[in-house]
Amino acid sequence: MRSQSFAKTAILGLAFAGLAIPAFADAVAVAGTAAVNYEAIAMFGVFVLLTLGITKWAADHTKSASDFYAAGGGITGFQNGLAIAGDYMSAASFLGISGLVFANGYDGLIYSVGWLVGWPIVLFLIAERLRNLGKYTFADVAAFRLDATPIRILSAVGTLVVVLFYLIAQMVGAGKLIQLLFGGFMGAISGGALVGSEYLTAVVLVGILMITYVAFGGMIATTWVQIIKACMLLGGATVMAFLVLAKFGFSPEAMFKKATEVHPKGGAIMAPGALIKDPISTISLGLALMFGTAGLPHILMRFFTVPDAKAARKSVLFATGFIGYFYILTFIIGFGAITLLLQDPGFFKAGAVAAANGSFDPKDMLGTGNMSAIHLSKALGGSLFLGFISAVAFATILAVVSGLTLAGATAVSHDLYASVIAKGRASEKSEVHISKIATVLIGIAAIFLGYLFEKINVAFMVGLAFAIAASCNFPVLLMSMFWKGTTTRGALIGGFAGLISAVVMVVLSPAVWEATLGHPAGSALFPYDNPALFSMTIAFLGIWLGSVTDRSARAARERAAFEAQYVRSETGFGASVAGAH
Amino acid sequence: MSIDNQIMVDRIKNDPQFHDLVRKRTAFAWILSLLMIAIYFGFVLTVAFNKEILGKSLMGGVTTVGIPVGLGVILSALVLTGIYVARANAAFDEITKNIIDKVNK
Repeated sequence: MRSQSFAKTAILGLAFAGLAIPAFADAVAVAGTAAVNYEAIAMFGVFVLLTLGITKWAADHTKSASDFYAAGGGITGFQNGLAIAGDYMSAASFLGISGLVFANGYDGLIYSVGWLVGWPIVLFLIAERLRNLGKYTFADVAAFRLDATPIRILSAVGTLVVVLFYLIAQMVGAGKLIQLLFGGFMGAISGGALVGSEYLTAVVLVGILMITYVAFGGMIATTWVQIIKACMLLGGATVMAFLVLAKFGFSPEAMFKKATEVHPKGGAIMAPGALIKDPISTISLGLALMFGTAGLPHILMRFFTVPDAKAARKSVLFATGFIGYFYILTFIIGFGAITLLLQDPGFFKAGAVAAANGSFDPKDMLGTGNMSAIHLSKALGGSLFLGFISAVAFATILAVVSGLTLAGATAVSHDLYASVIAKGRASEKSEVHISKIATVLIGIAAIFLGYLFEKINVAFMVGLAFAIAASCNFPVLLMSMFWKGTTTRGALIGGFAGLISAVVMVVLSPAVWEATLGHPAGSALFPYDNPALFSMTIAFLGIWLGSVTDRSARAARERAAFEAQYVRSETGFGASVAGAH
Repeated sequence: MSIDNQIMVDRIKNDPQFHDLVRKRTAFAWILSLLMIAIYFGFVLTVAFNKEILGKSLMGGVTTVGIPVGLGVILSALVLTGIYVARANAAFDEITKNIIDKVNK
């Protein structure tokens, strides 16, 4: 029963989670605590020292608001491509997808594909216009000709909701992962009684490190932490995939053949299975994956760190390449886990029973299938490599939460404080100061919520975040850039309608209403697991209807101002230049 | 918006080269977007409605048709991205520079 509901939440989590952890909570609760891995702790220690050194360096170079929010616009296209890939290749992509391939084979690839195809759309429709119109946040773009106060409130709400749901999911995942990987070490440094539990120690540690990176080093430190982590993750995964293929003389056919022989599902792992259900859910999920990416505030913010539209384009090209390559690696890693781990009792729970051919059920793996990549590293390279891959997994979480926190803090200081409260009269210095305070507050909130929601269904939080990004942020951004007729009233009606309908439909979906809240099967009012098809439609219709019926003088001014915005968005004429200081 | 800036915007707006650029680039971006959407949803709908096709053996071995198809979708995302960046960073940016240079004279 438990493993069944886990399987369901894990699949849902994967279905939504571009950047977050699927249900590690359940995964690790089953696994218990492993022995202390000192290599992992040592390597993680090196990573922390290195990144703190970078933070110190970044702090010395962070002088203006532009430095703090956008790294002074001094990041190259290649570097930004790595940083974007770092934001996107989370522990969920790494552990979650390889775990899904391990359990189901081909189905894992279907999800990888879904997460990748959003990137070309971001490039073709969003990236360069965003760079040309905005300064630090996507709200700059939406508020370019619309009424700044209400539009920035809408954008900040959209940003903070997405960021907070993601942060909670990441914090819970981080806590659980550390608990598993670093064993009793956390308990030892907490002195047991000090904070009460290993889980809380882990969450507090993540929170403190992320506050340090962001508050002191701003976007410069956050970007470099992201780049280092992306290199570590790509390097580690490359070595793993290479070692796996080497075992089969670099013949994928030989690897697949062995996999079908040892996997309980046999030849079925080479074809699409049962993960994709009815067409409506499938299309809805496809829309959320494709367009959710284009509404994630911490991703959009990255386009302001490069000097111009040309570099913005290049960053997407590099990011797409890195992410696509990474997904192919995770597919090989998943098959490597099938071929190398399934018949080794050392990786399975004590009571697990092997089938006649000596293979175990993937579900009985220690820490569940989500840990298959971690276990595979041990099978391939012993405890030293295990330590490295564990440290990489943790660095991944740390980097992703830092990016999220910076996006949230910027929404508070740049959108809410500087524009709404101070009405543009705030000095740059006070704005950055507020941003640092917001970083600390968001960090504390993340620690507190991560602790409070230790048992929550992570997939639910992530699903909500992706659906809101696709149904609130994305439609408002797209319509304000492309449609002359968009008015403030339309954007507010459509944006909030999209946000609220997405939340309501997720809560009333079978995954949450029945599986999470425990109502009887069949009682969910909304029959599909993903709301994007409906909530996105509501958002776009709301923007259109709210705009065409708007006869106010303000609306007339806003329509008239489209031309200037259009010229700038298409040519970059008058665009915010790098290094405002 | 300052008066000077408004004059500049008016000049760009009345430049036929600007309209030509925007028309070409917008059409190009939407065609590539639709292509990506068609490829992706083609794949997903095949999975939803006709998954047997993807489960067929590719060359008599265990490798199925679905493997190259899935990898192909990943590759197509990269190729489409590359095509756009190549044309935008060369041809489109050249025209954009032209337009802005004319205005700044």
